[in-house]
Amino acid sequence: MSMQTTIEEKLASEFDVDFLQVENESHMHKVTPGSELHFKVTIVSNSFNGQMLIKRHRMVNSALQQEMQQIHALALHTLTPREWQARSGSVADSPKCRGGGK
Amino acid sequence: MDVLDRIKQQVETYPVIIYMKGTPQLPQCGFSSRTAEALKSLGIEFAYVNVLADPEIFQNLPRFADWPTFPQVYVDGELIGGCDITLEMHDSGDLEKITTAALEKAS
Repeated sequence: MSMQTTIEEKLASEFDVDFLQVENESHMHKVTPGSELHFKVTIVSNSFNGQMLIKRHRMVNSALQQEMQQIHALALHTLTPREWQARSGSVADSPKCRGGGK
Repeated sequence: MDVLDRIKQQVETYPVIIYMKGTPQLPQCGFSSRTAEALKSLGIEFAYVNVLADPEIFQNLPRFADWPTFPQVYVDGELIGGCDITLEMHDSGDLEKITTAALEKAS
């Protein structure tokens, strides 16, 4: 199973998800084509209601604990359905690589 | 000094500190770059540690705060988050509020 699918399935089973998008952004970095190292996750869930951002990110990091060992970067946008609606369903783009590697 | 004590001392000494890849002048990662830019845009004084130049901190910072990635921003001794959270707080105005409060408290 691809890393992208693993991340999608783990998050979908862990959270009551209204919207979930997992994007492989590895192509934005200097890595071998087809790599699965840089991801961007947009997740909209009622599980985040009343939680500070740091808590929400901790919840996702914890759900992906195993995967975090293997991937290099995870851009994370955690929203409640209400916040998602207020933003008309958009989140910031991820930054360009600066070559810092490890 | 034990590395975890060293980190603890840093975050408690500096009201605003970023652990990043590279330096604010020469960032070596897009996420670190954006986060440092957000801090710079506030016109405040902040400290930084280049984790690429300090392998011990690079290896141990994630377990210090149970936070797996870089950059990490600490305000008043507490982790506020990484790139995405810092940018969101910058957009909402919260970053300016908490950093100003931390700097005033320390002065």
